[in-house]
Amino acid sequence: MLHELFVAPFVDYEFMRRALIGAVALAISGCPLGVFLILRRMSLAGDALSHAILPGAAIGYLVCGLSLPAMTFGGLVAGLAVAVASSAAARWTALREDASLAAFYLVSLALGVALVSLKGSNVDLLHVLFGSVLALDDATLIFLAAIASFTLSALALAYRALALDTFDPLFARRISPLGEWIPFAFLALVVLNLVAGFHALGTLMAVGIIMLPAASARLWTRDLTMTLPLAAAIGVASSYFGLVLSFRSGLAAGPVIILVAGGAYFLSLIFGQAGGIIRLRRPRRHLEG
Amino acid sequence: MSAGSIRLENVTLGYERRPAVHHLTGVIEAGAALAVCGPNGAGKSTLLKGLAGLLAPIGGRIAWDGLSPRDIAYLPQSAEIDHAFPIDVLDFVSMGAMRRIGLFGRVGPAEQARVSAAIAAVGLEGFEHRQIGTLSGGQTQRALFARLLVEDSPVILLDEPFGAIDAKTIDDLVKIIARWREERRTVIAILHELDLARRAFPQTLLLAREPIFWGPTREALSDARVTEASRMVEAFDRDADECRRDETPHAA
Repeated sequence: MLHELFVAPFVDYEFMRRALIGAVALAISGCPLGVFLILRRMSLAGDALSHAILPGAAIGYLVCGLSLPAMTFGGLVAGLAVAVASSAAARWTALREDASLAAFYLVSLALGVALVSLKGSNVDLLHVLFGSVLALDDATLIFLAAIASFTLSALALAYRALALDTFDPLFARRISPLGEWIPFAFLALVVLNLVAGFHALGTLMAVGIIMLPAASARLWTRDLTMTLPLAAAIGVASSYFGLVLSFRSGLAAGPVIILVAGGAYFLSLIFGQAGGIIRLRRPRRHLEG
Repeated sequence: MSAGSIRLENVTLGYERRPAVHHLTGVIEAGAALAVCGPNGAGKSTLLKGLAGLLAPIGGRIAWDGLSPRDIAYLPQSAEIDHAFPIDVLDFVSMGAMRRIGLFGRVGPAEQARVSAAIAAVGLEGFEHRQIGTLSGGQTQRALFARLLVEDSPVILLDEPFGAIDAKTIDDLVKIIARWREERRTVIAILHELDLARRAFPQTLLLAREPIFWGPTREALSDARVTEASRMVEAFDRDADECRRDETPHAA
């Protein structure tokens, strides 16, 4: 019974195995980034950047059709351009990061939708917006795995620098000439993961797997070294149960994965040990000292 | 410990063309202990950011003789720290070591010893694994001083190091400043407590956007001068003309 429910879909169907591998790769690399986005108070920046990727992917699609390299390249270029432009605008103009990011991504999104409407049917638009986690081919899988490996290596290498810049950016800039570039490098990683997520879950859903597990993990622990793996674990679990649920119910896989992650988030809101409702509203007896 | 001097040549610092510090000239010698006093809005913090190299002058020049930006430690106002960030005291104080080991280097035994010594020196033993956000105002200030101790910089800038902390903590921190002076480090501190300036700082710059006086503390903080500084007009003139003072010859 349990076997039939939780294991059989993946044993019987290759497309389910591929979906699971792709989604797990995404979750493992995206969720830790989400934790840093939250700590940097840029939770909505991921959302904005995911929209910014659209026109690039659309141009790739216009030129080459549904081609992995073309749409990836286009998405990367567009996402990085918006990330750099809005960081620069925040740095050198009177606008703060959130306002400049909003401005750039809205323009970018309008451009993207306009371009997609130029050619192509609604089916294509659906693919771009919601991805196709159940139809991942070898090239896409390798691409997702490569990006996950790269992201994790980069995070391992630059963990301290990133944490420092998040906590005390002035200090980071003061002690190292590299400090200036940490925010740009971080946004580049986010864009990379959004582009990866874009193929599996679509531009709109990709942010969900990055942000929701991260927000959940923050409600369970205050220790950053615990938050990062916990977020990844919640992301992986959401992917797995989302796929199972989608397989049984026939609902679209991408949104169901995000819904499961959303469910985990609501549970965390209520039961979270470090900031959940119950803990805050019904504190345990105070300690002696 | 010897360090270079910092020269201010007709420096104007400000935001969007509005001067916050207007035409300041002077030299901060290596090993000097300088208090910066003045009313709110006098440009004290702006001056400190300029000295730290975090804000470029909009007029004039700041020259650091033989000092790189990394040689200048800077204690921000407590409010500028993200107290919600999940970091414990040990990691926080260890940040000071990054001046030497860089963003990627290892915190070796020597650095760990330095960190422990600094935590002990500010009286925060036993707090190593407390989160920064759970510390009181005074404890946070002690942690910030510990980070400065680990940084071991020749020049130390303090932005209101004694705001809203109790007498015991102030005493402990003043002792650390005295130790820095013995080690011939340059210490520049923004102070609202004039008695502390008289106690621990031989030199004072009294600032009210324009420099009122820069010299021996006793003279700078005379009643007449402090009153003069407090008369500074805070609001800026919407229709201010461009400042032409640069064109009149000034002592080089």
